[in-house]
Amino acid sequence: MGYHCVVLAKQVPDTHRITGQVMNDDGTVNRSALPAIFNPEDLNALEMALQIKDRFGGRVTVVTMGLPAAAKVLREALFRGADDAILVTDIRCAASDTLATSYILSCAVKKLEYDIVLCGRQAIDGDTAQVGPQLAEKLGITQITYIESLEALDDKTIQVRRNIGNGWQSVKAKLPVLLTVVGDANAPRVAAAKCLMKYKKARAPVEVTQQIKAMNPDAVDAEVKELTTMQCDALEAKGLLIKQWNLDDIEADLTWCGRNGSPTKVHRIQSVVLAAKESKDIEPTDEGLAAMIHELIDDKIIA
Amino acid sequence: MGNFYRDNDDIQFLFKHINLAELAVALEEGFRFAPEFDYAPSSAEEAVQNYDMVLESLGELGADFIAPRAESVDREGNTLNEDGSVTRAQGIAEALEKLAQAQVMGFTLPYRYGGLNFPNVLYSMATEIISRADASLMNIFGLQGIAETINAFASEELKQEYLPPFAEGKVTGAMVLTEPDAGSDLQAVKLRAIEDSEGHWFLHGVKRFITNGCGEVLLVLARSEPDRSGGLGLSLFVCEPGPTVHIRRLEDKLGIHGSPTCEIFFDNTPCKLIGERRRGLAPYVATLMNGARIGIAAQSMGIAEAAYRIARDYAASRKQFGVAIEKLPAVRDMLIEMKIAIETGRALLYDTSRVVDLAVVYNRQVEENPPQDKDELKALKNNARTYKRYAGMLTPMSKYLCSEMCNRVAYDAIQVLGGSGYMRDYASERHARDARITTIYEGTSQLQIVAAVRGVCSGTAEKYLDELAALEYDDDVKDLLDLLAAGAEQLKAAIEFTKDKGNEYMDLYGRPLTDVAMDLINGYLLCGQASTKVEMDVPAAPGANGPTLPMRERKRTMARRFVTKNAPKIKALTELVCQGDKSTFAEYDTLVGPVPET
Repeated sequence: MGYHCVVLAKQVPDTHRITGQVMNDDGTVNRSALPAIFNPEDLNALEMALQIKDRFGGRVTVVTMGLPAAAKVLREALFRGADDAILVTDIRCAASDTLATSYILSCAVKKLEYDIVLCGRQAIDGDTAQVGPQLAEKLGITQITYIESLEALDDKTIQVRRNIGNGWQSVKAKLPVLLTVVGDANAPRVAAAKCLMKYKKARAPVEVTQQIKAMNPDAVDAEVKELTTMQCDALEAKGLLIKQWNLDDIEADLTWCGRNGSPTKVHRIQSVVLAAKESKDIEPTDEGLAAMIHELIDDKIIA
Repeated sequence: MGNFYRDNDDIQFLFKHINLAELAVALEEGFRFAPEFDYAPSSAEEAVQNYDMVLESLGELGADFIAPRAESVDREGNTLNEDGSVTRAQGIAEALEKLAQAQVMGFTLPYRYGGLNFPNVLYSMATEIISRADASLMNIFGLQGIAETINAFASEELKQEYLPPFAEGKVTGAMVLTEPDAGSDLQAVKLRAIEDSEGHWFLHGVKRFITNGCGEVLLVLARSEPDRSGGLGLSLFVCEPGPTVHIRRLEDKLGIHGSPTCEIFFDNTPCKLIGERRRGLAPYVATLMNGARIGIAAQSMGIAEAAYRIARDYAASRKQFGVAIEKLPAVRDMLIEMKIAIETGRALLYDTSRVVDLAVVYNRQVEENPPQDKDELKALKNNARTYKRYAGMLTPMSKYLCSEMCNRVAYDAIQVLGGSGYMRDYASERHARDARITTIYEGTSQLQIVAAVRGVCSGTAEKYLDELAALEYDDDVKDLLDLLAAGAEQLKAAIEFTKDKGNEYMDLYGRPLTDVAMDLINGYLLCGQASTKVEMDVPAAPGANGPTLPMRERKRTMARRFVTKNAPKIKALTELVCQGDKSTFAEYDTLVGPVPET
C-alpha cells in the first residue's frame, strides 16, 4: 500500500514583504528586490502530500519549473520530508505563460508514475490559479480544486472537502487525481532536523556547474563539464543529487513552450495607488453596520 | 512569519561568541560518525551550520505555530477523563506532533538511537526558544533528560527499546520522583519496588506532583531495599502506563496550564530496573535533576524574554503626561534592569551549559578513549574533575539566578503595563503565573543555594573566577576587571569568615555568598562579551531602519553598568556576612511569635 504523490511547487517573490523598491517604473515587479520563497499554498500542498505519506505510506516527489535558483525550494521540500526532487530548467522555458507552463509541467509529470498530483491553489506572484486546472486537463485526469481537507483515501478513490466560498462540498473521485490545495488546509510543518543536516548539501547539476565556474573562473568548458560530472556522481552516490530535466528530457514540443507557446498578451499594466479621498461616518448601531455591509457588497468589495 | 531565533540578537550573538566549533569537535569524536549516519557532520564548520539551521527551524515553529496557541492552551488546560486517561490541551497535542516532525525530540541523544548529538548549549537555546512561545510546552520538550538518563545508566537492551521512540517523538516521559511526604527530601521516598521470585520487579504506592505523569515512559524512584532507610535504599525503574497505573488526579494550579501535573497510584505495576540497585537517588536521579535544572533555567529565560518584549513594546507606545512612558525615569530604569537581567541570566546559563558539555566530553574520553601517555591521561582526568566540579556549582547557580530573574522580570513587566498588565487581555499575567513555578520545582531556590554555596566556599568559585580573570579582555574594560578583582577579594574574606563559623552559618548566609559569587562570575562573562571578536551590528532604539551599533559596544555599556552598580552591593553583602549575626537561630521565637490560631 502507499501512494505516490507528486507536488508541484513554485518559487515566487515574497509579496508579503513589499518595500519601496519592488515596483519597476513600468509597473512590473522588480523580482530582485524581493526574497524568493516557496509559494505559500504550495507548502500546503506539500504538507497534504506528506500527511498522506505519514498515514498511508508511499512517496512524495516535488517538481518545480524555474531558474536554477529554484532548486532552493526543492531543498526546502527535502528538508520537510519529500523523498525526491526534480528541477525542470531550460532557457527555452523563459516567458512561459500559464498555458505553456502547464504544458511543460504535464510533460514532466507524465515521466513519473503517480497516484495524486497536488498543487497550491495559486501562486502569490500572479494569482491566476490556472496552472493546476490546466495541468489536469493536459494529463487527462480528474481535478478537484480548493481542497481544504482529505476525508478518505483508499486503493482507488479519494474523498476531499472543497471550500467553495459560500460553503463546502465533499467530492469523491477515482484516482489518479489532481488536487489544488488552499492555505487553510493545514499548517505546514517546519524543516526537520535530520533532513536539514543531510540535504543542506543537495544540489542540482546546474548549481554544481555554477559553483565550479565561480571557483575556477579560468576553466575551459571541457574541464567544467568533467568536474561537474565527477561532483554530480559523488552527490548521487550519497543521495544528494537533485534531478534536473530540460525540455528534451521531458520530450516537450517546443512550439508549446516559452514565448511561442504563450498566447497571453499583456494589454496594459495599471499602477493602482490607493489613497483615501473622502471619509464617511458610520453610526455605531446595528442599522449603521448593516447599511455599510450592504454598500460594500453592492460595490463588490466583499462577497 | 516570525522567528524566535532570528529575532533575538542576543542568542544570535552568543551563538557566534561561544566556541561551538570546539564543542562540536569534542562531541563528534573526530567526526567519526559521518560515514555511518548520513546526517552527521564531517567538519566543525558543518556541525555549527547544522546547529544554526535547526535553531532557525525551531524559531519558526515557536513563533508561527506554538506562540499563537499559548493563550488557548492556558485557558483550556488538560482534562482527566473518567477512564483515567488524560487529554492534553489541543495546542499542546498539535505542537508535540510538529516537534516530532521537526525531529528535535532527541536533541542530545547519540546518532545510533536516532538523536542529533547536539551540545547542551544548543539544547538550552532551543528550550529557551520553545519556552518563549509557550512555557508549559517546555515541560515536555525539556524533559529529554529522561532519555539521557536511560542513555547514561540503563542496559543496552533498555536503550534500544526506549531511546529510538523518544528521538522520533513517539513517546514522552516523566520523572516520577515526588511523593506526598518526599518533596525536596527525596531520601524519604516510600513507594515500594518488590522483586518476585523470578526476578521481575513491581511498583506499589503513590506519587504526587508528577509533571507529564500521563506520558508513555515513566522513570520511577522507588524503595527496593525495605530494610534500608535513606537514599541508599532507593533504585530507579522504568515502566509504561497500563491497567495498573492509575492517574488519580490532575492538579489545578497557578500557571503552566498546558503541562499536566498528575497524582499516580501504582498498583503492582511491572517495571524494569535501570542500572544497579541502590544507586537510584545518587547518582542516577541526581544526574537527571541536574539536567532538568538547566532545563528550568532555560524555561525561565524564555518566559523572561516573552514578558520583557511585551513591556518594551508597551512602554514605547503607551502615552501618559503627553509622552511615551518609556521617557519616565522609573519606567526607563525598570526596562534597562529587565534587559540586563535577561542578558546576564543568559550569559550564565549558556556558559553553564558549555561547562556541562565539556564535563561530559572529558568524562567520556577518560572512560572510553583514555590517552596512552601518562601525563596526558593525568591532565585529562584533572580536566574531567575540574569541569565536573564547575558544573556542580554553576548548575544550581543558573537555576537559582534565572528562575528568580524571570519572576522579577515578569512582575516588572506587569508593572510597566499597569492596569492593562493585570488584565487577561495581555499575556503578561500568564507569564507571571508561568514564572512562579520556576523557583520551586526541580529544587527550590533555597536548595539551589545550599548546593551552590558549597561550591562557593570550597574553592570552586575562586578557581573558576581565576580562570575567568585570566582570559583576554579589551583595554576598555580593564577598570571593570579591577572592580571585579576587588570584589573577589571581599568574597574571599567573607568565605574565610564563614568557614570558621561552620556549616550552619554557611547555609544561613548562603544567599548573599552565592549572590556575590554569581555577580562576579557574571561580571567577567559580560566583560568577555564586551571583548568579543564577533563583528555584529545590532539596531539601537528606536528600532527598524534606525541607527545601529556594534554588539561589542552595547555589551560594553551593559558590562559597565552591571559591574559598577554591583560593586557597592558586593561590598555591602560581604560585610553583612562578616557581621557574624546569628539572630535567625537565637531569636526566631521572639521575632516570629507563635503559630497563628485558625
